Formats: sequence, C-alpha cells, structure tokens
Amino acid sequence: MGLLSKKDAKLITDPLADNNPITIQVLGICSALAITAQLKASIVMAVSVLFVLGIGNVVISLLRNIIPSKIRIIVQLVVVAALVIIVDQVLKAFSYELSKTLSVFVGLIITNCIIMGRFEAFALGNGPWKSFLDGIGNALGYGVILIIVGFFRELLGSGTLLGFKVLGDPIEKTGLYAIGYENNGFMLLSPMALIVVGIIIWVQRSRNKALIED
Amino acid sequence: MENRTDKNSYTILFAIAMVVIVGALLAFTASSLSPKISENMRIEKQQNILYAMGVNNNDAGSAVFVDTKDASELFAKYITKQEVITNGSVSEDNQAYLIDLKKDKAAAGGDAAKRNLPLFIGEKDGKTFYIVPIYGKGLWDAIWGYVSMDENMVIQGAYFDHKGETPGLGANIKERFFMDDFIGEHLLDANGNFKGVEVAKGNADPTNEDKTDNEVDAIAGATITGNGVAAMIKSDLKLYKPYFDNLKNN
Repeated sequence: MGLLSKKDAKLITDPLADNNPITIQVLGICSALAITAQLKASIVMAVSVLFVLGIGNVVISLLRNIIPSKIRIIVQLVVVAALVIIVDQVLKAFSYELSKTLSVFVGLIITNCIIMGRFEAFALGNGPWKSFLDGIGNALGYGVILIIVGFFRELLGSGTLLGFKVLGDPIEKTGLYAIGYENNGFMLLSPMALIVVGIIIWVQRSRNKALIED
Repeated sequence: MENRTDKNSYTILFAIAMVVIVGALLAFTASSLSPKISENMRIEKQQNILYAMGVNNNDAGSAVFVDTKDASELFAKYITKQEVITNGSVSEDNQAYLIDLKKDKAAAGGDAAKRNLPLFIGEKDGKTFYIVPIYGKGLWDAIWGYVSMDENMVIQGAYFDHKGETPGLGANIKERFFMDDFIGEHLLDANGNFKGVEVAKGNADPTNEDKTDNEVDAIAGATITGNGVAAMIKSDLKLYKPYFDNLKNN
C-alpha cells in the first residue's frame, strides 16, 4: 500500500471530475467569473486557493473537537481570513510583482464558498490528513475549471496566452488576424465566463449520464 | 447531554483566546514583513519614474521596468533633482518620490494651493525631463501614473497603472500601445494655455500622427477609464503650469 489508500485517493480525484466544486456543486462561481479573463490570474488564484484550503482544512480539523458549535462559522471565517492575509503579506514581501496581479483577488478568496463549504462539510468531521487531502482535491478541482475558463477567455478575447501573442498581432495584422480574425471582446466580460462554465457543465453531463438529475 | 463546548462561558473564553492568538500572529507577520514591503513599494516608485523618462527594458511590444536590483542605482544616476512645490514656492527634497499623492490630496481637501506637488528632474542623453506623478479614479478603483515632459510641456513619456480596472479593457491603460501614444503630445494649446490631453473616442486621427491636437485614441470598451486618465492629466498637470511658465521666463 502506498502513501494513499484507495479511499484517500478518492478524496483527491473525486472533486476533479464527478464531484467538482464548480461544475457539480456550483460553488465558487463568483470568483470564477471575476478573475478568469487572463490565464495568469486564473493560475495564481488556483495556487492561492490551494494553499488556503489545504492549510485551513487542517487547522479546522485539528480544532474540530474544541470549537464551540455556536460560533463555529465565525471561527472558520477567522481562520480563512488570517490565512489569506498571511498569503497576501508574504507575496507582497517576497514576490511583489505576483502580489500586484493577485491584489484584487485576495478578498475573493475569503468570500469563496468552496472554502467555508469544505470546512463545514468535511474538516469539522474528519482527521487532519483526510482533511488535507480533501482540501487539496477540492482546490485542484476548482483550479482546473478556472484554468480551462481562463484559457478560452484569454485566447479568444485577447488572442494571447499568459501574455504571449499566440494568434498573431492584431495591430500589425499578422497570423490569424491577416485573414480577418478579430478578438472577441465579449469574452473578456464576466457573462461570458458563465457561458463557458455552462458549456463545461454541459459537456461533462453529456459524457457522464449519471450526473444528470431528474 | 450537553457538551462542555456548548457552555456560554467556554464560548466566550474560546473567542477571546482566538482573537488574541490570531491577532498576535497577524501583527507579528505584518510588522516583520513591513520593512521588506515598503522597500518593494519604494523600488516600484523609482522604476515608475524611470520608466516615464524612458529608462526601461522595453521589448518590441510590452512595457518592462528596469531590473529591481538596479533601480536604486539608476534612479540616483538619472534623477538629478527632486523638488516639492508648495503654494508656488519650490524647495528641494530628496525624498519627494515618497510623497503619497492620495493622502496629500485628501489632506488639502480640494484646495490646490495646500498640496505638496512633487517634481523630479532627470537628465538623459543631454536632455532634461520633468517628471510628475498623477493620481485619479478609473471605473472601479484608483488609477495613477507618471508623466515626463520637456520645458514646453510636451509629453516625453508616460506610465499609467491601476488598482482594479477590467482586464483586457480598462486595464490596457498600462499597455505600451496606449502609453506610447502620449509621447510627443502637447499639453498646451496653440496660445500657450493649458489644455491637457483628451482620450478621444471616434478619433479622426487614430494613428496619432497629429501631436498638437491634444488627443490620443481611446481604448474600445474602456470609456470611463480613459476619461479618468484624461481627467487626472488635466487636474494634476495643470497645477505645474506656473512652474513651467517660470522656467521659461528665467
């Protein structure tokens, strides 16, 4: 037996597909809409959520027997807020450029329903190792969708990926632009993120009929 | 059966302990990292000022600052003088670049005479640059920047930045295609009165060949951010007009 038992491995793989926080549970949609206009921002957000959810789940799990149930939501909020502030400060001190990309999104991590949802639904009832795996799994599931949406929005909206001009130069009219292609500005607006997420949900459910509710 | 963690006294004690621990942890993190953070912000300001006077590592299409590690050295090399203008009188201050425009603007409360206006004088290739910081509001949040001018108030370079403009739309004010449009634009009209630079929609001169029309081409889908840029140029650079008049008369 390796490091992960079959049950443990499921904690990581389930949220990636069949129990994805965005496409199946429909959580964390707000931040997915707000930040996916660029691939880089999507990746940075995914990594930050990975850190906050991984550590936060462990902290809540360790405290699960001593947290008073009356104020458990407040305790969860304090833990996630503290972690986010620490991430923000460390980034500002050691990776200033990255922190500027992230600055607007830090607040969105605190309001991310996935994090509070996992604290409440999993970490309060399970041990630290399992909670850690659950946190990592859900953050990865969230990140995968973010990166897919960010990929299409940046590619079709700006013609770039991670800032590199992959479709040619729109001003010099090279590459695809030479044959009349135009960037789709609508892709950069939030409603388009919802439509892209909708398409992912559609594709996913048409491939796996078990996910379709009556 | 009642759990011991359900008691009110326990809840209150837990809350107090939590606040103390988390507060101490955050205070420790913030205070131990703050020197490093303010150092980063200081270097960024120096990079911005250098960028506006054309000292940068730009490649074909993108705006790139000088390296962080060289910033202080280059700043000392190119910026020969830092001044602060307060109510018409000019004084030298080698910390002028640390003036926080937002706070200063708020403290003056709309009274331009009370403001401390920083001005940086740079020398490069035998040419003198007058670099001025500007601050205003875009669609979602603050926008700011640095504009360098020659003694006739003709723009020699500009750098704009923003806090939360829409990526791909308003956020494009910090892209080179927009910032470079400002180079060569006149801030004064033909009669020598201050006019500023409009960020114009439906511009008859989109390639920006006419540098004396006080107009640059707007970014599609970023009307309010563009208007914000024009407004901060107008309101903040206007305050320096007397300084430049003085410069010419002497």
